[in-house]
Amino acid sequence: MKTHTDTSNKYSEKFEFSPESLAKVNDLIAQYPEGKQKSAILAILHLVQEENGWLTINAMDQVAVILGIKPIEVYEVVTFYTMFHIEPVGKHVWEVCRTGPCMLVGSDKIIEHIEKRLDIKVGETSADGLFTLKTVECLGACGYGPMFQCKGKNYEHLTTEKVDELIEQFRNEAK
Amino acid sequence: MSGKKLLLENIEIPGIETFEIYRKSGGYASVEKALKTMSPDAVVEEVKKSGLRGRGGAGFSTGLKWSFLAKPEGVPRYLVCNADESEPGTFKDRYLMEKIPHLLIEGMITASYALGANQSFIYIRGEYMWILRILQQAIAEAHQHGFLGKNILGSGYDLELVVAPGGGAYICGEETALLESLEGKRGNPRMKPPFPAVKGLWGCPTVVNNVETIAAVVPIVNHGGEHYASIGIGKSTGTKLISACGNLVRPGVYEIEMGLSVEEFIYGDNYCRGIANGKKLKACVPGGSSVPILPHYLVCKTEAGQDRLMTYESLADGGFKSGSMLGSGGFIVFDEDQCVVRNTWNFARFYAHESCGQCSPCREGTGWMEKVLNRLEHGHGNLRDIDLLADINKKIEGNTICPLGDAAAWPVAAAIRHFRDEFEWHVKEPQGAQKRNYGMIEEKSTTLA
Ligand SMILES: Cc1cc2nc3c(=O)[nH]c(=O)nc-3n(C[C@H](O)[C@H](O)[C@H](O)COP(=O)(O)O)c2cc1C
Ligand code: SF4
Ligand code: FES
Repeated sequence: MKTHTDTSNKYSEKFEFSPESLAKVNDLIAQYPEGKQKSAILAILHLVQEENGWLTINAMDQVAVILGIKPIEVYEVVTFYTMFHIEPVGKHVWEVCRTGPCMLVGSDKIIEHIEKRLDIKVGETSADGLFTLKTVECLGACGYGPMFQCKGKNYEHLTTEKVDELIEQFRNEAK
Repeated sequence: MSGKKLLLENIEIPGIETFEIYRKSGGYASVEKALKTMSPDAVVEEVKKSGLRGRGGAGFSTGLKWSFLAKPEGVPRYLVCNADESEPGTFKDRYLMEKIPHLLIEGMITASYALGANQSFIYIRGEYMWILRILQQAIAEAHQHGFLGKNILGSGYDLELVVAPGGGAYICGEETALLESLEGKRGNPRMKPPFPAVKGLWGCPTVVNNVETIAAVVPIVNHGGEHYASIGIGKSTGTKLISACGNLVRPGVYEIEMGLSVEEFIYGDNYCRGIANGKKLKACVPGGSSVPILPHYLVCKTEAGQDRLMTYESLADGGFKSGSMLGSGGFIVFDEDQCVVRNTWNFARFYAHESCGQCSPCREGTGWMEKVLNRLEHGHGNLRDIDLLADINKKIEGNTICPLGDAAAWPVAAAIRHFRDEFEWHVKEPQGAQKRNYGMIEEKSTTLA
C-alpha cells in the first residue's frame, strides 16, 4: 500500500460484514480475554480475505471499527504479513514456493513453466482474471516439493505435466 | 539403535486423528495421571529429569525454562505453543499436528497444568489453515469428553485452548515476535530482558514451546522422566523428529532416537535410503536453513574422524570451523549437481525478505548480502565480493535485537568457508556457472571428492 488514505475509486467498494460472518467474527473475538479483542485481528482478516479475495481499505476500516481500534493499526498489520492481498487478485492465487529445498527439486522450472502456460510473469494476473501467480517463501512442504498453495490447499510433488493438468482442471471448474 | 518411537508410535493406526481411536490407543493417559496423581511441580520435576531440550531450534532445557516462570499472585500465566514452523527445511510439526493432533492437545493440557495456565494458545502459521481446523476439531472433541473446560476430570483444574493463525511471516517463529503477533500487532521481536517467563503475553508470565517439545511431555509423564532420559546419548535425550528433504530417495518426517548415526539416517533402509537418482552427496544443512552447511566429507564424520551422530553435541562437533547444529531438525541434502552459491543466494534472499526491519544491521545487511550473492551467482561478481560478504557478516553478527541477523549471516560464512573455490569459480568462469545453474547437470562441482 503506497498510502494509508483511500485515494482511488478502485478501493472504494463498499464493504459490510454479512450477518453470518459477523457472527463468526464475534466468536473469534470471544476467544480472548476481556479487552484483548485485538488478538483476533489476523483470524478476522483471513476470514474477510477468504470471502472477498483481497482486502480493500473499506474492509480494513470495518475491521478497525469492530475491534475498536484505529484504522492505522489494521493497515500496519495487513502490510506486515505476506498472506494478505492489498491489491485485487485473480480468482485463484497460486503461491509457488521458491525457497532452497524446493529449488533443489526443481521449483525454478515449475515457476518458469507456469509463467509460460499462463502467459504471465510472477506477480501478474492472467487476462481472464482466473489466475494470479506469486512466489512465496517456504511453506513447510519441503519434502514434498515442488509445490504451490491455493486457497489454503497444497498441491505437492509438482511436475510440468501435473501443472498442465491442474491448469486445465481449474479452467474447467470456472466454466 | 532399536528405533524406538515415543511420538509417532501410533501414527499408522487408522482413525488416530479422532478422539475415539486416539483414546483407545492409550491417549490422554498423561492428563489422567498428572491431574489425578501428581502436583504441578511434580510434573515439572519429571520434565527436568527427562533432560528434554526445546525442539524449536535452540535446544534450551525445557524443565529449566519452566522453572523460570514467574508466579506473581493474581496474575494469569500462559502457555503458548509455537506452531509457526517456517524455517526452510522444517515440516515436522505439520506432520505431527496433521496426523495425530490429539497428541499436541494432550501435551498442551498436561503442560498447562504443570505451569498453572488456565488459558493456553497454539499459534500456527497462517499457511497451515487446514491444520488449524484439524486442531479445532480435536479441541472440540476433547471438550466433549471432559478433557478441556471447567473442572477437568473432576480435578478442579480449568483450561481453555485457543488456536490462533499467523499471517505469513517467518519472524513470528521468534518467540517475542510471536507474542506481539498474538496480541494482534506486527511481528517485531521485543528486546530481552525481560524474558517471556517474566513478561510475555499481555505482560504476563508466559512459556513459549515448540509443538514437538509439548508433545514430548506426554511420554515423559506417562513413563517418567528417567525413562525418557535413558533413550539417547548424554545431554541429547529422547527422540527427535527430523524432516528430511532435498535430493533424497525417500524424503519425509522420521522419528529417530537421539544418537542415530548421520550415515544410517541418510543411507539406511529405514530412513532416507540414500541420494536420489544414484547421485553422490555433495553437502548437507542438517538443522534448517539457519545452521552452517557441511561439505560431504564432514557430514557422516567429524573433523576428528569420528562418526557424526544425530545429537546436539555431535552435529556441533568442530564448532564454526567444521561443525553445524541440530537446530530445528530440518535436514536438507544436496546432490553433486547442486550449486552452493545459488543455494546460499536463495537463503540470503529468504532472510532479506523475512527481516522485520527493526534493526539496521539486519535490515540493510541481509539486503546487501542478497545483492552481492545475486551478482556472484549470476556471473557479475568479482573476487572482492567474497570478502565483502565476510565484512557484512561481521557487521550483523551480535548487533541485532533478535537472532535472525545471526541466522542470516552464519550460513553465508560457512558456505564461503567450505566452498570458497566454488564462489571463485563463479567469478572466474561466469559462463560456466550460468550454464551449470540452469541445467545443473553438465558441470561437476570442483569440491566433490
Ligand atoms: C527467526 C527465528 C525463527 C524461529 N522460528 C521458530 C519456529 O518456527 N518454531 C519454533 O518452535 N521455534 C522457532 N524459533 C525459536 C523460538 O524463538 C523459541 O526459542 C522456541 O519456540 C522455544 O521453544 P522450545 O524451547 O520448545 O524449542 C525461532 C527463532 C528465531 C530467532
Ligand atoms: S535482527 Fe532482523 S528480524 Fe530480528 S529484530 Fe532485528 S531487524 Fe528484526
Ligand atoms: S522449501 Fe518449499 S516448502 Fe519448504
